[in-house]
Amino acid sequence: MGFLFGRLTSALVVVMGVCTLVFLLIHLVPGDPVEMMLGEGAAPADRSALRAALGLDEPLHTQFTTYVSRLARLDLGQSLHLHRPVEDLLAERLPATLELAAAALLLALVIALPLGSFAARRRGRASDTVAMGFSLLGLSIPNFWLGPLLILVFSLWLGWVPVSGRDSADSLILPAVTLGTSLSAILARMVRSSLLEVLGEDFVRTAHAKGLSAGVVLCRHALPNAAIPVVTLLGLQLGALLGGAVITEIVFSWPGLGSLLVEAIQSRDHPVVQGTVLVISLGYVGVNLMTDLAYAWLDPRIRLR
Amino acid sequence: MLRFWIPAGVLGVWATLAVIGSWLPIDPYRIDLPAVMAQPGVGHWLGNDDLGRPVLDRLVAGARVSFVVAIGVVAVSAVVGSLLGGAAAYTGGWADRLLMLLVDVFLAFPGILLAIALAGVMGPGVDNLIFALSAVGWVGYARLVRAQVLSLRERDHVTAAVALGVGRLRVLVRHLLPLALAPLMVEATFGIAGAVVAEAGLSFLGLGVQPPDASWGSMIRDGSRYLLVAPHLVMAPGMAILLVVLAVNLLGDRLRDCLDVRLDHSKQ
Repeated sequence: MGFLFGRLTSALVVVMGVCTLVFLLIHLVPGDPVEMMLGEGAAPADRSALRAALGLDEPLHTQFTTYVSRLARLDLGQSLHLHRPVEDLLAERLPATLELAAAALLLALVIALPLGSFAARRRGRASDTVAMGFSLLGLSIPNFWLGPLLILVFSLWLGWVPVSGRDSADSLILPAVTLGTSLSAILARMVRSSLLEVLGEDFVRTAHAKGLSAGVVLCRHALPNAAIPVVTLLGLQLGALLGGAVITEIVFSWPGLGSLLVEAIQSRDHPVVQGTVLVISLGYVGVNLMTDLAYAWLDPRIRLR
Repeated sequence: MLRFWIPAGVLGVWATLAVIGSWLPIDPYRIDLPAVMAQPGVGHWLGNDDLGRPVLDRLVAGARVSFVVAIGVVAVSAVVGSLLGGAAAYTGGWADRLLMLLVDVFLAFPGILLAIALAGVMGPGVDNLIFALSAVGWVGYARLVRAQVLSLRERDHVTAAVALGVGRLRVLVRHLLPLALAPLMVEATFGIAGAVVAEAGLSFLGLGVQPPDASWGSMIRDGSRYLLVAPHLVMAPGMAILLVVLAVNLLGDRLRDCLDVRLDHSKQ
């Protein structure tokens, strides 16, 4: 219980910090946000109207109180460009991003677990080197390049899947592969190294000595014990996954939160920028909290501490 | 040996082009309409883009941008992060708690999301790009150096320095930070790869350097409109990024093995 309580408190503090930082996003950066939004040639009347609309004419602490009390009522403000509540826009776009992230995550696990186990069991051999070489390549290839390459080969040349959009089930394939590649590469390396530590342990030798097959030893004895570092990394990497989703969504015109963020930046719609960043970050904090709890579930020693 | 010299060579070419690029006889802005989207050939080795500008020349100009941003971001983040992390750990108490809270809050932002938002709100440009990426990047170094200093500050030579009346700042800078240098160097090496990808990514989103200036990221963005007719527009800058990042990652792995540092590369 103490563990749970401690984690919840610190997550709450981080959530408050995140909200504050998102509020400061348009206040702390150099330059006048209103000038950035309207351009230099704007009429003074327009400027003061926008300033009032954003509440920027009030003192900072008043603005902050207003912001927090609105946030408590789940009111993220109005979009300046689309004249609609920001939370409605977010609710519209969220499912697409969740779908993409879940597909990429699933793909990464399906690739990384076998690849990492394969490399660990053949440590030092040519097949290990090749597997890890592939993983290094996957780690180094930026998704805004991988995306266009996949489009060129599988959509334009082979015509197997749609180029972009989210109209049919198979339009998810390329975005998920693009987003999942680097995650699967990082995870495969982690699975390999944490399996290598476990494979030298006594209980693995005992399992082998009992006459269990290599597959059973791997799946029943080695992998569960190698899981903790992998789960930790997975939780941390979800952040990179969500960040990478912004670029992947742009490459494939995927109608999720990431493309909403970039559209909002392009139309200088600051309330939407703030809302998107806030929602993605809070989602990430939530996932990390769950990772910590999963951790305690995987390793009873942590619960009892 | 090859595993060291090939990546080192790639990085050497990148750095050299970035440094001497402005003295080379290149013209990344020369518009040549008859040569629009010309395939690679003699005289224009990597072909021409949608305005007939030579891709090779733009690639060299882009090398400079990515090099300047990468070095700038890593330098600023490493210096700011080490000083803050080191000072917090060495002082302890509320300063340390405050820093860790700040670090936790910054780490709660996924990947380069905060950098995208910052760059988006501040507007495009290389200096804004460096600011946005450093504002996100310092956190890793602060956490790393803090952990190092926490374990180092109890060492005898620090006690001796304090007993001799050495000031706090001097103890930190002369006696603590140098010992934390090995893991810091490994982190900074991987940081270069991260910054190259981040710069290209932000430029891909239109938040980095502005046209007509060339960046590898914006070259990919512009080129992907002509994917079918002129794939070389996307291939060339993508290959350049991949080579540099691969080289940095290979060298980083080697450096880590040589210095025998264990780090979590959660941010990679």
